[in-house]
Amino acid sequence: MAQHYSSFDRGGRRWLFQRLTAVFLIGVLAFHFMLLHFVNHAADLTFLGTQARMSQVSYFATMWLFLVTATFHGVNGVYNALVNQGLTGSRKNAVKYLLGIAGLLLVVQGTRVSLAMTTLV
Amino acid sequence: MSQSYNRGTVEDFGRWREFSAGMWAWIFHKFTGWVLVGYLFTHIAVLSTSVGVDPASAQAGSDLYTSTISGLESLLIVRFLEVGLLAVAVFHILNGIRLLMVDLGVGLESQDKSFYASLLLTGAIVVASVPTFLGGKLA
Repeated sequence: MAQHYSSFDRGGRRWLFQRLTAVFLIGVLAFHFMLLHFVNHAADLTFLGTQARMSQVSYFATMWLFLVTATFHGVNGVYNALVNQGLTGSRKNAVKYLLGIAGLLLVVQGTRVSLAMTTLV
Repeated sequence: MSQSYNRGTVEDFGRWREFSAGMWAWIFHKFTGWVLVGYLFTHIAVLSTSVGVDPASAQAGSDLYTSTISGLESLLIVRFLEVGLLAVAVFHILNGIRLLMVDLGVGLESQDKSFYASLLLTGAIVVASVPTFLGGKLA
Protein backbone atom coordinates (compact mmCIF):
# COMPACT_ATOMS: atom_id res chain seq x y z
CA MET A 1 0.00 0.00 0.00
CA ALA A 2 1.38 3.38 -0.93
CA GLN A 3 1.99 5.86 1.89
CA HIS A 4 -0.18 8.59 0.42
CA TYR A 5 -2.95 7.52 -1.88
CA SER A 6 -5.05 10.57 -2.63
CA SER A 7 -5.77 12.65 -5.71
CA PHE A 8 -5.56 15.82 -3.62
CA ASP A 9 -2.63 17.78 -2.20
CA ARG A 10 -1.86 16.62 1.32
CA GLY A 11 -3.46 18.88 3.90
CA GLY A 12 -5.21 20.98 1.23
CA ARG A 13 -8.44 22.83 1.92
CA ARG A 14 -10.03 21.50 -1.29
CA TRP A 15 -9.52 17.99 0.07
CA LEU A 16 -11.07 18.89 3.42
CA PHE A 17 -14.12 20.65 1.93
CA GLN A 18 -14.64 17.78 -0.53
CA ARG A 19 -14.83 15.40 2.46
CA LEU A 20 -16.98 17.67 4.64
CA THR A 21 -19.51 18.24 1.84
CA ALA A 22 -19.45 14.48 1.14
CA VAL A 23 -20.57 13.71 4.69
CA PHE A 24 -23.50 16.14 4.36
CA LEU A 25 -24.41 14.98 0.85
CA ILE A 26 -24.50 11.26 1.78
CA GLY A 27 -27.48 11.92 4.03
CA VAL A 28 -29.23 14.62 2.03
CA LEU A 29 -28.99 12.91 -1.36
CA ALA A 30 -30.42 9.71 0.10
CA PHE A 31 -33.21 11.73 1.80
CA HIS A 32 -33.96 13.61 -1.47
CA PHE A 33 -34.28 10.36 -3.44
CA MET A 34 -36.44 8.74 -0.74
CA LEU A 35 -38.80 11.70 -0.42
CA LEU A 36 -39.28 12.42 -4.13
CA HIS A 37 -39.43 8.89 -5.49
CA PHE A 38 -40.68 6.69 -2.67
CA VAL A 39 -42.69 8.86 -0.25
CA ASN A 40 -44.01 11.06 -3.09
CA HIS A 41 -43.85 9.50 -6.54
CA ALA A 42 -42.04 11.76 -9.05
CA ALA A 43 -44.95 11.38 -11.49
CA ASP A 44 -47.36 12.89 -8.95
CA LEU A 45 -45.31 16.01 -8.19
CA THR A 46 -47.12 19.33 -8.59
CA PHE A 47 -46.08 22.94 -8.16
CA LEU A 48 -48.40 23.29 -5.15
CA GLY A 49 -46.89 20.22 -3.46
CA THR A 50 -43.37 21.49 -4.08
CA GLN A 51 -44.39 24.92 -2.79
CA ALA A 52 -45.83 23.40 0.40
CA ARG A 53 -42.54 21.58 1.09
CA MET A 54 -40.33 24.53 0.17
CA SER A 55 -42.35 26.85 2.43
CA GLN A 56 -41.08 25.07 5.55
CA VAL A 57 -37.97 26.87 6.81
CA SER A 58 -36.05 23.68 7.68
CA TYR A 59 -36.81 22.02 4.31
CA PHE A 60 -35.97 25.18 2.37
CA ALA A 61 -32.67 25.59 4.25
CA THR A 62 -31.77 21.93 3.74
CA MET A 63 -32.49 22.09 0.00
CA TRP A 64 -30.57 25.34 -0.49
CA LEU A 65 -27.58 23.93 1.42
CA PHE A 66 -27.95 20.80 -0.73
CA LEU A 67 -27.65 23.00 -3.84
CA VAL A 68 -24.55 24.80 -2.60
CA THR A 69 -22.71 21.74 -1.25
CA ALA A 70 -23.57 19.57 -4.28
CA THR A 71 -22.38 22.30 -6.64
CA PHE A 72 -19.10 22.71 -4.75
CA HIS A 73 -18.58 18.94 -4.46
CA GLY A 74 -19.36 18.39 -8.16
CA VAL A 75 -17.37 21.27 -9.59
CA ASN A 76 -14.42 20.67 -7.26
CA GLY A 77 -14.57 16.99 -8.13
CA VAL A 78 -14.47 17.72 -11.87
CA TYR A 79 -11.55 20.12 -11.38
CA ASN A 80 -9.70 17.54 -9.34
CA ALA A 81 -10.34 14.82 -11.92
CA LEU A 82 -8.95 17.05 -14.68
CA VAL A 83 -5.86 17.97 -12.64
CA ASN A 84 -5.46 14.24 -12.06
CA GLN A 85 -5.43 13.69 -15.82
CA GLY A 86 -2.44 16.03 -16.08
CA LEU A 87 -4.00 19.47 -16.57
CA THR A 88 -1.36 22.12 -15.81
CA GLY A 89 -0.32 25.73 -16.40
CA SER A 90 -2.59 28.28 -18.05
CA ARG A 91 -5.10 25.62 -19.17
CA LYS A 92 -5.46 24.56 -15.55
CA ASN A 93 -6.08 28.18 -14.57
CA ALA A 94 -8.62 28.66 -17.37
CA VAL A 95 -10.48 25.51 -16.32
CA LYS A 96 -10.43 26.66 -12.68
CA TYR A 97 -12.10 29.97 -13.53
CA LEU A 98 -14.52 28.42 -16.02
CA LEU A 99 -15.68 25.83 -13.48
CA GLY A 100 -15.84 28.50 -10.76
CA ILE A 101 -18.10 30.68 -12.92
CA ALA A 102 -20.26 27.69 -13.95
CA GLY A 103 -20.67 26.73 -10.29
CA LEU A 104 -21.52 30.27 -9.29
CA LEU A 105 -24.13 30.56 -12.07
CA LEU A 106 -25.68 27.26 -11.00
CA VAL A 107 -26.00 28.46 -7.40
CA VAL A 108 -27.52 31.77 -8.57
CA GLN A 109 -30.05 30.01 -10.81
CA GLY A 110 -30.75 27.38 -8.14
CA THR A 111 -31.41 30.16 -5.64
CA ARG A 112 -33.84 31.83 -8.09
CA VAL A 113 -35.60 28.47 -8.45
CA SER A 114 -35.72 27.98 -4.66
CA LEU A 115 -37.23 31.45 -4.18
CA ALA A 116 -39.81 30.78 -6.93
CA MET A 117 -40.88 27.61 -5.11
CA THR A 118 -41.42 29.12 -1.68
CA THR A 119 -43.86 31.46 0.01
CA LEU A 120 -41.32 32.23 2.75
CA VAL A 121 -40.07 35.38 0.99
CA MET B 1 4.93 -1.27 7.82
CA SER B 2 3.85 0.19 4.52
CA GLN B 3 4.87 -1.40 1.28
CA SER B 4 4.64 0.09 -2.21
CA TYR B 5 3.15 -1.79 -5.10
CA ASN B 6 3.75 -0.24 -8.50
CA ARG B 7 0.49 -0.87 -10.31
CA GLY B 8 1.08 1.85 -12.89
CA THR B 9 -1.35 4.69 -13.43
CA VAL B 10 -5.08 4.18 -13.45
CA GLU B 11 -5.33 6.85 -16.14
CA ASP B 12 -3.69 4.39 -18.53
CA PHE B 13 -7.04 2.85 -19.28
CA GLY B 14 -5.71 0.66 -22.13
CA ARG B 15 -4.38 -1.79 -19.55
CA TRP B 16 -7.76 -2.21 -17.83
CA ARG B 17 -7.42 -5.98 -17.71
CA GLU B 18 -4.66 -5.56 -15.11
CA PHE B 19 -6.69 -3.24 -12.87
CA SER B 20 -7.23 -4.15 -9.22
CA ALA B 21 -10.47 -3.65 -7.23
CA GLY B 22 -9.30 -0.29 -5.88
CA MET B 23 -8.56 0.98 -9.39
CA TRP B 24 -12.04 -0.03 -10.58
CA ALA B 25 -13.50 1.72 -7.55
CA TRP B 26 -11.57 4.88 -8.54
CA ILE B 27 -12.84 4.68 -12.13
CA PHE B 28 -16.47 4.01 -11.10
CA HIS B 29 -16.34 6.85 -8.59
CA LYS B 30 -15.08 9.29 -11.27
CA PHE B 31 -17.64 8.07 -13.82
CA THR B 32 -20.58 8.29 -11.41
CA GLY B 33 -19.31 11.71 -10.28
CA TRP B 34 -19.30 13.01 -13.88
CA VAL B 35 -22.84 11.71 -14.39
CA LEU B 36 -24.10 13.26 -11.14
CA VAL B 37 -22.61 16.70 -11.79
CA GLY B 38 -24.02 16.64 -15.34
CA TYR B 39 -27.40 15.70 -13.93
CA LEU B 40 -27.22 18.49 -11.33
CA PHE B 41 -27.01 21.14 -14.07
CA THR B 42 -29.82 19.46 -16.05
CA HIS B 43 -31.96 19.13 -12.92
CA ILE B 44 -31.74 22.86 -12.10
CA ALA B 45 -32.54 23.64 -15.75
CA VAL B 46 -35.73 21.52 -15.58
CA LEU B 47 -36.70 22.96 -12.18
CA SER B 48 -36.30 26.45 -13.66
CA THR B 49 -39.78 25.96 -15.14
CA SER B 50 -40.99 26.89 -11.63
CA VAL B 51 -39.81 30.49 -12.08
CA GLY B 52 -42.74 32.79 -12.79
CA VAL B 53 -45.48 30.18 -12.42
CA ASP B 54 -48.95 31.73 -12.67
CA PRO B 55 -50.81 31.04 -9.35
CA ALA B 56 -54.14 30.41 -11.10
CA SER B 57 -52.68 27.75 -13.40
CA ALA B 58 -50.84 26.23 -10.41
CA GLN B 59 -54.21 25.85 -8.65
CA ALA B 60 -55.59 24.16 -11.76
CA GLY B 61 -52.47 21.96 -12.02
CA SER B 62 -51.79 23.18 -15.55
CA ASP B 63 -48.69 25.29 -14.84
CA LEU B 64 -45.44 24.83 -16.76
CA TYR B 65 -43.57 23.20 -13.83
CA THR B 66 -46.25 20.55 -13.13
CA SER B 67 -46.83 19.79 -16.81
CA THR B 68 -43.08 19.57 -17.54
CA ILE B 69 -42.53 17.05 -14.74
CA SER B 70 -45.60 14.95 -15.55
CA GLY B 71 -44.69 15.12 -19.24
CA LEU B 72 -41.20 13.79 -18.54
CA GLU B 73 -42.51 11.15 -16.13
CA SER B 74 -44.95 9.91 -18.78
CA LEU B 75 -42.02 8.74 -20.91
CA LEU B 76 -40.84 5.19 -20.20
CA ILE B 77 -37.28 6.09 -21.23
CA VAL B 78 -37.19 8.74 -18.49
CA ARG B 79 -38.23 6.13 -15.91
CA PHE B 80 -35.35 3.89 -17.02
CA LEU B 81 -32.94 6.84 -16.95
CA GLU B 82 -34.09 7.53 -13.39
CA VAL B 83 -33.27 3.94 -12.42
CA GLY B 84 -29.83 4.52 -13.96
CA LEU B 85 -29.49 7.73 -11.98
CA LEU B 86 -30.42 5.87 -8.80
CA ALA B 87 -27.75 3.24 -9.53
CA VAL B 88 -25.15 5.92 -10.11
CA ALA B 89 -26.16 7.89 -6.98
CA VAL B 90 -26.30 4.83 -4.70
CA PHE B 91 -22.89 3.59 -5.85
CA HIS B 92 -21.37 7.07 -5.42
CA ILE B 93 -22.82 7.29 -1.89
CA LEU B 94 -21.71 3.80 -0.82
CA ASN B 95 -18.26 4.07 -2.37
CA GLY B 96 -18.04 7.59 -0.91
CA ILE B 97 -18.58 6.13 2.58
CA ARG B 98 -15.87 3.58 1.73
CA LEU B 99 -13.53 6.42 0.68
CA LEU B 100 -14.18 8.32 3.92
CA MET B 101 -13.29 5.13 5.81
CA VAL B 102 -10.11 4.71 3.75
CA ASP B 103 -9.19 8.34 4.47
CA LEU B 104 -9.68 7.74 8.18
CA GLY B 105 -7.54 4.62 7.91
CA VAL B 106 -10.43 2.34 8.91
CA GLY B 107 -10.46 -1.12 7.31
CA LEU B 108 -7.68 -0.37 4.81
CA GLU B 109 -6.82 -4.05 4.46
CA SER B 110 -10.39 -4.85 3.34
CA GLN B 111 -10.85 -1.92 0.93
CA ASP B 112 -11.26 -4.40 -1.96
CA LYS B 113 -13.99 -6.28 -0.08
CA SER B 114 -15.80 -3.04 0.75
CA PHE B 115 -15.73 -2.14 -2.97
CA TYR B 116 -17.41 -5.44 -3.83
CA ALA B 117 -19.89 -4.86 -1.01
CA SER B 118 -20.69 -1.39 -2.45
CA LEU B 119 -21.35 -2.97 -5.85
CA LEU B 120 -23.57 -5.73 -4.45
CA LEU B 121 -25.55 -3.38 -2.23
CA THR B 122 -26.01 -0.94 -5.12
CA GLY B 123 -27.33 -3.80 -7.26
CA ALA B 124 -29.71 -4.97 -4.53
CA ILE B 125 -31.09 -1.49 -3.82
CA VAL B 126 -31.55 -0.71 -7.52
CA VAL B 127 -33.31 -4.01 -8.27
CA ALA B 128 -35.59 -3.53 -5.24
CA SER B 129 -36.42 0.02 -6.43
CA VAL B 130 -37.31 -0.82 -10.02
CA PRO B 131 -41.04 -1.47 -9.30
CA THR B 132 -41.35 1.92 -7.54
CA PHE B 133 -39.61 3.78 -10.36
CA LEU B 134 -41.53 2.11 -13.15
CA GLY B 135 -44.83 2.22 -11.24
CA GLY B 136 -47.19 5.20 -11.01
CA LYS B 137 -49.03 6.75 -13.89
CA LEU B 138 -47.48 6.56 -17.36
CA ALA B 139 -48.91 8.18 -20.49
